[in-house]
Amino acid sequence: MDNARDATAPEAGGGTAQDGVTPRAPGPPHRRPPAARRRFLTYLLAAPTLTVAAGLGRDTAPSAAGAVGRPEGPSGGVRLPGVSGVPDVLSLGDALIVAGLPTSHLLVLEITTAGHAVLHLPRLEVGQGLTTTVAMLVADELDARLTDVDVPLSDGRPDLLFNQLTAASNSVRSLYDPVRAAAAGARARLVTAAAQRWGLPAAGLRTADSAVLAPDGRRAGYGELATAAAVIATPAVPATPKPPDRLRLVGRPTGRIDARSIVTGRAKYAGDLTVPGAVPTVVARPPTINGTLGSLDAATARTMPGVLGVVTIPTGVAVLAETFDQALRARDALRTTWNPGPLAALSDAGIRDRLRAAHSPFLVPPLLTHHVDGEFDFAFVNHAPLEVLTAVADVRANRAEVWFASQTPIIAQQTIAAELGLPQSAVTIHVVRGGGSFGRRLFFDAALEAALVSKAAGRPVKLMWTRNDDMRHGRMRPASHHRVRATFGLGEVLSYEHRVATVRTDFGHGLGELLTAAGFGPSAAGLSAAQAFFLLSERNPYDVGVPTQLLSEVPLKMHTGSWRSVYSGTVRVADEIMMDELAHRLGQDPIAFRQARLRRPEGRAVLDRAAQAGRWGRPMPAGQGQGIGYHEENGGRVAYLVELDAADPRQPRVTRAVIAADLGQVINPRGLEAQLTGALVDGISVILQAGNHIDHGAVREGSYADFRYARQRHTPPTVEIHLLPPNGPPGGAGELGVPAASAAVANAYARATGTSPRSFPIDF
Amino acid sequence: MPSHTFVLNGRPVTVEAPDDMPLLWVLRDKLGVTGPKYGCGVGVCRACTSHLDGEEFQPCTLAVRDCAGHSVTTIEGLADGETLHPVQQAWLECDVAQCGFCQPGQIMTAVALLRRTPAPTDADIDQIHNICRCGTYPRIREAIKKAAARRTATKPWPKP
Repeated sequence: MDNARDATAPEAGGGTAQDGVTPRAPGPPHRRPPAARRRFLTYLLAAPTLTVAAGLGRDTAPSAAGAVGRPEGPSGGVRLPGVSGVPDVLSLGDALIVAGLPTSHLLVLEITTAGHAVLHLPRLEVGQGLTTTVAMLVADELDARLTDVDVPLSDGRPDLLFNQLTAASNSVRSLYDPVRAAAAGARARLVTAAAQRWGLPAAGLRTADSAVLAPDGRRAGYGELATAAAVIATPAVPATPKPPDRLRLVGRPTGRIDARSIVTGRAKYAGDLTVPGAVPTVVARPPTINGTLGSLDAATARTMPGVLGVVTIPTGVAVLAETFDQALRARDALRTTWNPGPLAALSDAGIRDRLRAAHSPFLVPPLLTHHVDGEFDFAFVNHAPLEVLTAVADVRANRAEVWFASQTPIIAQQTIAAELGLPQSAVTIHVVRGGGSFGRRLFFDAALEAALVSKAAGRPVKLMWTRNDDMRHGRMRPASHHRVRATFGLGEVLSYEHRVATVRTDFGHGLGELLTAAGFGPSAAGLSAAQAFFLLSERNPYDVGVPTQLLSEVPLKMHTGSWRSVYSGTVRVADEIMMDELAHRLGQDPIAFRQARLRRPEGRAVLDRAAQAGRWGRPMPAGQGQGIGYHEENGGRVAYLVELDAADPRQPRVTRAVIAADLGQVINPRGLEAQLTGALVDGISVILQAGNHIDHGAVREGSYADFRYARQRHTPPTVEIHLLPPNGPPGGAGELGVPAASAAVANAYARATGTSPRSFPIDF
Repeated sequence: MPSHTFVLNGRPVTVEAPDDMPLLWVLRDKLGVTGPKYGCGVGVCRACTSHLDGEEFQPCTLAVRDCAGHSVTTIEGLADGETLHPVQQAWLECDVAQCGFCQPGQIMTAVALLRRTPAPTDADIDQIHNICRCGTYPRIREAIKKAAARRTATKPWPKP
């Protein structure tokens, strides 16, 4: 069998219950240097069937200072002239990996007697395809059939400390090694169990299709071996993850493991759960952001058909009923008055003024040299995941259970326990798949509300936000203003200053604590969590003199949060628009101009591929134009080339997109392409048409009718994606595309219309 | 409370509900049929799209009394047992879904489109208003074209 794998001879003297595995030094095509030699230890857990936990040896846990293993510099962290940012030495992704180290040995893989490999995933699935990716890693390493691998989402596990955060495109980067180690440890024990059963040398056995195979043709399925393997402390074959040339699934385009449940309508989201007794619940909310209840007369509402209760909570008035329709009708029948929220005197113009006033001044005065200045505005943008926030809560006197889609179940558990007055251990968070997130489910607003209502009403509830709730009181990418000055002379960019002012981004979901755990103490350095995130994530990839970028924050009492790609979604877009304008001023081609200044060679290949495949520079009819955008972050790099038709300037349409990406080892190309496509649609939306206004302290938009996220007719009929050959460990793909796609759309619009767009979305 | 009888996914059902209750909540909260999703409640996002006598409609904006005597098909009723409808099959082959929340509505919309327009053009597909916040639109387009090509090349679809 082609994909079968020989078990190799055991290492002499291997005699502990831990399998020490040193990853093979990456050879071509893995051309990045192996960094710290990390030993991946696997542990046997006491259980009726084989249960392996994987992790990283503490003895060799690298320190945060440069040994994380993936310095983003081209040659092991050597700093180059013009390097602008902290991310060259320690990036946000590295910090998250370091923070996860002490607990990552608790990643658990179980082999059942039915022959299933069950990897309990301490992350959230929101459509990014993570469960499929992890299932592929397990199946490949274990030589199991993909259909035999299950990847349920773990309940909140406080023992994981900082290792149950789904954020920053970090899941594959942090799980890639431990998942493979766990599966390799399980496979070695299954092989050993079969060898003992048959009285054959383990080294002569092979594994394929969820079974161990003997040379004489005997076959034992993993299910039959699971019990015997559970007591094998020391496998007779090494538990070494496969070398890249033996991978059979990793790198192959693979459909989602949950696709059939989705297309048949069987996939369950929080609102679809049938928790006994949980009754539909909605909340009446104030007209303004953070407004408060003045008075309440619920007499009529309480008498309406199906109504089961009315409960006041800090954010509004909850109505419980037999159906959501009845709850909504009773909510509308409440007689309430509301006190205006803290921003009631503030609208978009005032917010823009505050942002402009918050900037620190440029260092380089404008008169000394030639310069290009650019100022950019980005509006608020709601996350708007299609599944509105929904949570089921069952709070009893001494315990509570909450079901919802959470990126931060541990922080949610701590917060909900504190609000309920219960010990943390009495609160169980069941993590449920989410219908999109884009950063929204870092926060657990609806879960906290559901817990408070369940406690007050003394019954389980299924609390759902309406779309209107989510638009008017949900979270948004904060509005930002950017002031950029680049000076140039003799064909070179001499200096590049980028001043960013944003309404403060709320990182109150444990980021500061995590960074402290990683040895990067933002508070000790006098930084807010937001500034620490900015410092760790924002990096100008070009050699443009000495680039500086500074963040100023305007704290406003409103609901903000990280939105897919966070600061890069605005900062790097402004940078990429400036690169086009600088190239124009210097009489250079925009792509050649970028390539000559990219600090890393990998990016040039990506730009080359996009330019060639996209026929960069081809003649375009009047009113149409091409645009390019480039971005690198989270261990990956990508270029988007789009063509935009603005013959009717009121209805611009991206007609074609060509994407080239290098994300190192790609696990599922099909999933990666899906992420890059989604990022394109995000870019089209936020640059051309989707955003939120603030009018007198309230969000103007109320639904998808006026929050104009792209529809089918706004997206290109043709999207072409080119993935470069594997190059180093897997990068993080979830957010990478957004800045480059957004920039490409903005630059194409500029070229098609002959304008210099400065305020986004353009049609707002 | 009034009772309403209609055909749901091929079987007659009778349900007690106020006349003006939107069918979406009758399906989800009274009948436990959760394939049609709530995304806006006002017929804009179209995540609940299902079929009424074979035609696309949004259960969030249709009162249950208006279903009496009609045939309602939700995503749960599209496949023939374990045999997927050709559009569901195309969805699998193109690996369309990301978070999946809008996809029951997208699929029901696509089936209705293909019944009306067996070989839809890009302009026809552009008329689909269902929102996909994950941005799966290019694969939706590809899957519709694949299902259309397969149908014209082989045999007609199952009757609604």
